[in-house]
Amino acid sequence: MTFSDLTRRSALLLAALTLLLAMTFEVRAETKLLNVSYDPTRELYKEFNAAFAEHWKAETGETVSIEQSHGGSGKQARAVIDGLEADVVTLALEADIDAIAEASGKLPADWRSKLPHSSAPYTSTIVFLVRKGNPKGLSDWGDLVKDSVEVITPNPKTSGGARWNFLAAWGWALKKYDGDEAKASAFVSDLYRHVPVLDTGARGSTTTFVQRGIGDVLLAWENEAFLALAELGPDKFEIVVPSISIKAEPPVAVVAGNTERRGTTKVATAYLKYLYTEVGQKLAAKHFYRPANPELVEAENLKRFPKLDLVTIDDFGGWKKAQPEFFGDGGIFDQIYKPK
Amino acid sequence: MTDVSLRTHAAFSSPVGERIRTRAALTVLALVFLALVLILPLAAVFTEALRKGAEPFFAALVEPDALEAVKLTLIVAAIAVPANLLFGLVASWAIAKFEFRGKSFLVTLIDLPFSVSPVISGLVYILLFGAQGFFGQWLAAHGIQIVFAVPGIVLATIFVTFPFVARQLIPLMEAQGTVDEEAALSLGATGFQTFRKVTLPNIKWALLYGVLLSNARAMGEFGAVSVVSGHIRGKTNTMPLHVEILYNEYNFVAAFAVASLLAFLALVTLVLKSALEWRYGGELAASGRH
Repeated sequence: MTFSDLTRRSALLLAALTLLLAMTFEVRAETKLLNVSYDPTRELYKEFNAAFAEHWKAETGETVSIEQSHGGSGKQARAVIDGLEADVVTLALEADIDAIAEASGKLPADWRSKLPHSSAPYTSTIVFLVRKGNPKGLSDWGDLVKDSVEVITPNPKTSGGARWNFLAAWGWALKKYDGDEAKASAFVSDLYRHVPVLDTGARGSTTTFVQRGIGDVLLAWENEAFLALAELGPDKFEIVVPSISIKAEPPVAVVAGNTERRGTTKVATAYLKYLYTEVGQKLAAKHFYRPANPELVEAENLKRFPKLDLVTIDDFGGWKKAQPEFFGDGGIFDQIYKPK
Repeated sequence: MTDVSLRTHAAFSSPVGERIRTRAALTVLALVFLALVLILPLAAVFTEALRKGAEPFFAALVEPDALEAVKLTLIVAAIAVPANLLFGLVASWAIAKFEFRGKSFLVTLIDLPFSVSPVISGLVYILLFGAQGFFGQWLAAHGIQIVFAVPGIVLATIFVTFPFVARQLIPLMEAQGTVDEEAALSLGATGFQTFRKVTLPNIKWALLYGVLLSNARAMGEFGAVSVVSGHIRGKTNTMPLHVEILYNEYNFVAAFAVASLLAFLALVTLVLKSALEWRYGGELAASGRH
């Protein structure tokens, strides 16, 4: 290496550092929105983003591009708290957005009242995905604790879907044992003894079950189960609907603290409102979410959703109570879950 | 007589002393092991990537998000590697040529990134530069974004690739001692002249080797980068992160196509490394590590 090589290297380094600085203070040429979402919404928002960008262009003449970040709901909330500059969050459950509001102050405490249907433009529920022919004959929650049955569900500490799974199981057991909490706890504890892998997010669990072939039943978002069928073949899996499940309401919210600073409040609000329009609702149904306004959607896209008994989070006293009680440090999940 | 000839024969046939059969068994075992843990998975990556033919394979590589991921990976490596080259040179120069208090502490510190989990390497930057972190308030007030943006990814990468250059250079420079430099200085060379005409030629191959290793790690790092990335598609996803995203989207062909690109880069690194070792084996051996 000669002297000129070294100078060239230093020059390169300097150029690289300048580039780095330039990127830090990058000027935004077009409006960009960052939607921080949870795992199973990838396909929905991919299509919805394109539809909204077109709508916004037609309406205002402005170009907007929407960036996506996906991951386990709790993990995503943590990232927004730590400074990921989300304009909107579309997470798996209220508690995660509450956490952002509390820890960062970037959302008002009453964020749920800002949009219709308690800020949940679509709902879903928890169903079982089993291997074709249902070889273990699983038809309801009680079957999941039979000998040699392996259940796949993600970790409720990091995954929103997993918390719905947990509460759905709990809800079934409460009804079965006439509200006896000790028996419900024993059942759910038994259930988690049948879980060989706890992934961090719903999509990780789906991959574990579908791709790696581990487990007999996947506790899944209804939309995730339909998607797995569509993507990976109805000849390999089938959906089992339990007698009772839970009404999961994945909420959406504008992160006002970020949008006000970036001047994107208007477009971010319009983006979320567009979810409630005919276009948004139809796309939600197409991607296997139960639309909040089913009257906007053709009947044929609704018939795939079976009717079943649904408990709601209010049966558990709302997320504000359920979150610390079940999933907080030292909460019920910590008490009953003992890894093998 | 017979005794002597037998002994000579034995000495020639096997200097180590094992029987032919034992050696064959060991070789086969090693090869089977290699095939199982290295060659098979590598082959699987390429087979999966080309499962649906060449067209989807190349389509996955030129897809805008994939291109952005490749670009980001190259940018990160282009900053992290020279930065560590500079640091590695300075640190090993100081450690090998001078005596000072706390020297062994510094040597231990340089090894730190090897011993901590990459997740921790990422988390420390969240703790420092995250919105709730140590400098979070100040950074937010000045509109500077470090974590969940390119600077954070670069920092995390620098952290995990920190030791490569220095670990190559320190033993070599220590072994070479300061005699050559002292001679140069006594003949009237300036400090910088000495460095460039005496020290640098002595260490250049080990230096190149260290750069190569740190580059390979910089492009392949997953854990630390995953923590600070924020996973924004087409913006803060490096190639390894993009592979995970594609895989999670059931887009297996594309995932393995990008993975095969990474594997290809690794293979190029390996060839360069072997070429270096073959050509300059003696000098590299002097550095005591490879």
